[in-house]
Parts: sequence; structure tokens; C-alpha cells
Amino acid sequence: MELFQYPYMQRALIGALIIGLAAPALGIYLVQRRLALIGDGVGHVALTGVGAGLLLNRSPVLVAVVVATAGAITIELVRARGRTSGDLALALLFYGGIAGGVTLVGLSDSTSANLNAYLFGSLTTISPRDLGTIAVLGVAIGVTMLALRPALFAVCHDEEYARVSGLPVRALNMLLAVATAVTVTIAMRAVGVLLISALMVVPVATAQQVTRGFRSTMTAAMALGLFAAGSGVWVAANADTAPGASVVLMAIASFGVVAVLGAVWRAVRRRRTPAAAPVPEPHEVVLH
Amino acid sequence: MTSPVITVAHGVVGYDGRPVLRDVSLAVTAGEAVAVLGANGSGKSTLIRAVLGLVPLSSGSVTLFERPLRRFRQWHRIGYVPQRLGAGSGVPATVREVVASGRLARRGVLRPPGAADRAAVAAALEAVGLADRARDPVATLSGGQQQRTLIARALAGQPELLVLDEPTAGVDAASQEAFAGALRDFVVGGGTVLLVAHELGPLRPLISRAVVVHEGGICHDGAVPEPAGHHAEPDHDHVHPHGPDEPAGLWSS
Repeated sequence: MELFQYPYMQRALIGALIIGLAAPALGIYLVQRRLALIGDGVGHVALTGVGAGLLLNRSPVLVAVVVATAGAITIELVRARGRTSGDLALALLFYGGIAGGVTLVGLSDSTSANLNAYLFGSLTTISPRDLGTIAVLGVAIGVTMLALRPALFAVCHDEEYARVSGLPVRALNMLLAVATAVTVTIAMRAVGVLLISALMVVPVATAQQVTRGFRSTMTAAMALGLFAAGSGVWVAANADTAPGASVVLMAIASFGVVAVLGAVWRAVRRRRTPAAAPVPEPHEVVLH
Repeated sequence: MTSPVITVAHGVVGYDGRPVLRDVSLAVTAGEAVAVLGANGSGKSTLIRAVLGLVPLSSGSVTLFERPLRRFRQWHRIGYVPQRLGAGSGVPATVREVVASGRLARRGVLRPPGAADRAAVAAALEAVGLADRARDPVATLSGGQQQRTLIARALAGQPELLVLDEPTAGVDAASQEAFAGALRDFVVGGGTVLLVAHELGPLRPLISRAVVVHEGGICHDGAVPEPAGHHAEPDHDHVHPHGPDEPAGLWSS
């Protein structure tokens, strides 16, 4: 426990907790709209931003926010047009993003260790200034996702109905795209671009095994994200493992535990309440 | 009660250059219950989707509540009931959460729900007979109950006009009755209805006028056509392949 007396570990823990809360709050909308892996794609694009930042000697995170936002908006425009070629356009963007990132990082003077920090996260090197950025953006994402829940739920659940309700569907979709880019870039420091989607998606997948409604799923997913972040950093500090990977492994472990407990609970309940005779549907046609 | 609610003038819609609606004109005034009938592929669903601005007109115009569609902003006056629940997703949502979406048109994006919103949602659930399922995930409901959830969502916004796309297609008899009851209450309360149907079934007594769409044009506008031949038999079950008859194939003589 004494490790957490060091300021860099405290920053790591606080940063991880903020991302643990914010990522599932956004991720639930992405899962609902069947874009669970979009975070991964935006992460690939963000890597080009990191490379550009390192090459130009600017803050890699800030350049990554700009590039990832541009990428997310492009993906959203391709999605909204709904053409079958969208799939291929996304593939071009994803792999172009990661190849561009690797190339630009190679051109700059930074070492491969520097690239690794963005690929797999480097929680323990978060500076006080980084933590400030993570806190401001993370809280902004969390608050926006909670405050706009009815509207974002409506858009992700049934986009045409939302349009006929007069909701600003295009603006809300853009908001989700930008929020994805921002979450990816702040989470990049914690879990790395290759593992970001896990924090957005896995807590939601865990929660929805046992929840009945959207609001309860969102609350449970945020709690699970918080737990995975906290316990992951604790495990990493004590077992000297990579923090980002530990956080993701804790999230996946929770998924497994909830899946097993849920199955056991359902089995017990089924045994206690003997299955009632199935009620037949009323006849719709008379057969002669 | 003759103020125009929907006016379509010379509407033309094409998908990828293939015309689906050609020069369609339609007027619906307040208090009417109009059914748009037609075979599958006749363009009847496209007609109401064009009315709502979900598909663009390539020429002609749509007017809603005496305002051109492009400048129409009072969406709370319209309740839309799509053919089925959007593809949905793995994330569960309760019946109440889906119905509560119907309040957004009235409330706007930023204002949190208040007592009036909750009361309207409860009343809408009551009207379709799903009050006892409000806390259940929509995915666990039968097709008919999901359809009733969608009409409750539209009713929750307390609209003046309901637009329904094949609301009773593939819905069990009990749900059709519950659906017809909710719609009857709406019409009695002075609401206007435009619905697309393949077959009216228990909705028939509510309909004041029928429009028949055939090959992208309107071929009948007036009284509800009587079913003819064996279609008129009370226990006739309306199932047959739609579209042109199968051409004589290899195995038929």
C-alpha cells in the first residue's frame, strides 16, 4: 500500500479512476448503436496524431485530440451516408492511421519506448498537467453523457424516430463522435490505444448480463469501470505488472465472474420456481 | 374542423433514379383517419416516409400543419409509429424508457423529465395495456407487445397527428385489439391519423377514408374498399405471396 504514498502513483490512480468512470458512460451508447469497436478505430487514427505531435515537438496528446476528432467525424459522416463501401472506408482510415503513426514516430527522434507508452499506456508517467487535462475532459464527458442521456438514448435506439421527434440528430451524432475521440485520447495515457475499446465496452457487456433497463446498465457499467480501474492499478502496483493491461484484465475478469454468477443465479431460480405451463398464444386462424 | 394537417402536392420520390412515387397528391384534414392501402412495393410506406421527411422528395412539396416541411419545427404535434422497433442492440431498455423517448419532442434535449412527463408516460402505457410491463426489458416482449410499446411512445408525446407504418403487420389478435382500442380513443379525442396498412382488420371501423397506392400513384381516394370474393369471409386469413404471380416454372405444366 505504501506505493500509493508516491505522488506519481496517486496520479496514476486518480487518472485511471476518472477514465474508468467516463469510458463506459460513453461506451454504452457506442454498444447500443453497434459501434462497439469504433473506439479501437479512433485509437488507430489518434496514433497518427501522437506521431505528428512527437515529430513537430508539440504536445502529442493535444495533437492526437485534434487528429482523432477529425477521424471520428469522418467515420460518422461515412456511417451517416450508410453506403456499403463504408466498411472499406473505415478499414482504410484505421490502418492508414496506425501506419501513419508508426511512420511519423519513426521519423521523429523519439525511441520505440515512447511509442509503446501510447500503444499500451503509461499510467505511472502521468504529469500533474496531464492529470489536469484528464480530469477536465473526463468530467466533461461523464457529465455530458449523463445529462443528455434521454436524447442520446433516443438517437442510438431508433434514429428515425429521433428525427421525427425533431431532435438535432446530426448534432448529437457529431457530439458522440467528438466525445469518442476525446475519451480515446485521454484514455490513451492510461490503457493505450490498443486497449481503449476494452474500457468502453467490457463494463457495459458485463453490466447488461444482469440489468433490465438502460439507466441501470449505465450506472452499473460506470461502477464496474471504476472498480476495474482501481483494482487494476492496485494489482499493478503490488504485482509490478503493466497498469493498462491490469485494468483491462480486471474488467474482463469481472465479466467472467458476473457471467458465472448470473448463470448460477438463473439456475437456482429456475429450480425454486418450477416452470409454469407455457401460456399458448391465442389462435389467429381457424384451420378447417 | 377542416384545417389541413398534411398536404402532399405532386410528390415524386425516387431511389437511385428508380421512381417509387410519381406525382402523388394527398390532403388530410384535422380529425380524419386515413388509411393508405396497397400491395407490398406499391410505394405506400415511401409515401408516409416522405410526409415525415425521412426520404427526400425529388420534386413536389409536403406541407405539415400549414407549414412547408423544410420549415416545420413543431414535431411535438406528430407521433410516429414505425413498422417495428429499431434493430435495437444488446443494451437492455425497459418499456418505460422506450416510451419516455416520446416526451423528447415536447421537452427538448436539455430539460430533465418532470411530473407532467411521467404522468404522460404512465397514461400512454395504460392506454395500450402495458402498465404492468413498464419495468420489463422490451426485448422480452412479444412482437405485438413491442408494437404496443411503439404506439405508447407516440401517444406519450400527446400528438395531434399519429402516423403509423403497418402497425398491425404480424401482430397477434389480442395485441391488435388493444392497439385498435388505443387508436379509437385517440380518434375520439379529436386526433388525426394517417396509417399505412396492408389489411385493416380490427382497425377498419376507425378509418374514415382510404387511399389506395398502386405502382407509385394513387388509384383510389375515398370510401374504404370492401373486401371481395373469399377475402370477405369472416375467417379469411390474409396470407398469400405478394407481387406478381410466380411465372409458370419448370415443374408446372
